[in-house]
Amino acid sequence: MGQGKSVELATGIFIVLGLLALIFLTTQTTNIEAYTNGDGYEVTARFSNIGSLKPRAPVTMAGVTIGRVTDIRFDPERLDAVVTLSINAKYDQLPADSSASILTAGLLGEKYVGLEPGADVVYLQDGDEILFTQSAVVLENLISKYLFDSASGENE
Amino acid sequence: MNKLTDFLRNFGAAGLFLGKILAATPASLLRPGLIMAQIYKVGANSLVLIMMAGLFVGMVLGLQFYTTLAKFGAEQSLGAVTVLAMVRELGPVVTALLFAGRAGTALASEIGLMKATEQLAGMEMMAVDPMRYVVVPRFLGCFIALPLLTGIFNLIGLLGAWFVAVQIMGLDGGQFWAPMPENVDVYEDVLGGVMKSVFFGAAAGLLAVYEGYNAYPTAEGVSRATTRTVVITAMAVLVLDYMLTALLI
Repeated sequence: MGQGKSVELATGIFIVLGLLALIFLTTQTTNIEAYTNGDGYEVTARFSNIGSLKPRAPVTMAGVTIGRVTDIRFDPERLDAVVTLSINAKYDQLPADSSASILTAGLLGEKYVGLEPGADVVYLQDGDEILFTQSAVVLENLISKYLFDSASGENE
Repeated sequence: MNKLTDFLRNFGAAGLFLGKILAATPASLLRPGLIMAQIYKVGANSLVLIMMAGLFVGMVLGLQFYTTLAKFGAEQSLGAVTVLAMVRELGPVVTALLFAGRAGTALASEIGLMKATEQLAGMEMMAVDPMRYVVVPRFLGCFIALPLLTGIFNLIGLLGAWFVAVQIMGLDGGQFWAPMPENVDVYEDVLGGVMKSVFFGAAAGLLAVYEGYNAYPTAEGVSRATTRTVVITAMAVLVLDYMLTALLI
């Protein structure tokens, strides 16, 4: 019986170790918290161009991540993009006239949404829309603008 | 031509055998003690091998990635690259290959010898179903043990890479851990890797018990079954790996 007990113990330790390893890998090395920020309030913002913004991209204010992009849809009537932002419930005192812009981390990094605080005394609520927005800067457009501008400059 | 029909016949026979195993599984689940004993034999006993292998695979990854990435000044992505390489590919595949050598051969030769010494026939004589008491617990043991072993392999490998990159090569510890959450996706990367190891576990278990159960009941037959188990499992794991990767991407 003593041997049977130690076999059971070793099997139990093995199973627990394996599960702990899997749990560590899923929680510590991945973006799992991007899927699980359950309690937050949602605001929308319209952009004429979102660049390569993806769902679950961070939403930051003053460089600190305060929420996530939860949904990106195309509005076929107004022909622009409607981005839904889920903002952590802790940060419920953002001025209603805050502005949202789509920024790039580094020169070629991932796109994220940066919020600039306004000065309104009314705060953003669940379901509100951020009215002041600035679209993504598309690198190709910038380059072509620069190229064509300098070409036309030479002609003059 | 003969080889081709042999191959197809074996393929079909293994498929039918899987059907028999699945049919006997509910009855086998009523005796979890037998399955536990097999998890101990194929899983807990492989632990030292898997941990050593994981440690050194992780360490070599840390060393290789560090020297190569440092040329481009991109050492700070080492942590994320290592996790992706381990979790997506190396963990499931290397663990399955080692598992085939360590546990698959043991199962095949055990069942083969049981057949050669007519133990299986004896069980049938006593109206004890050898599928239920011998084959299915071993199959389920592999099926459960391999994903757990893969998780341990990945974790130890990650620690090995951390040790080499941070402690030996002098990368900053924060730079090692920080890029992981941005670059590693829970579903696509980690659960995709677990998914792979579940399939590999089923394949390794099935092939080991199939080869053992269908071995010629002679000394040479058992040795051939053991060899075939390793060879076929290795091929199956690599082919399955490509197919699953294509499916999961």
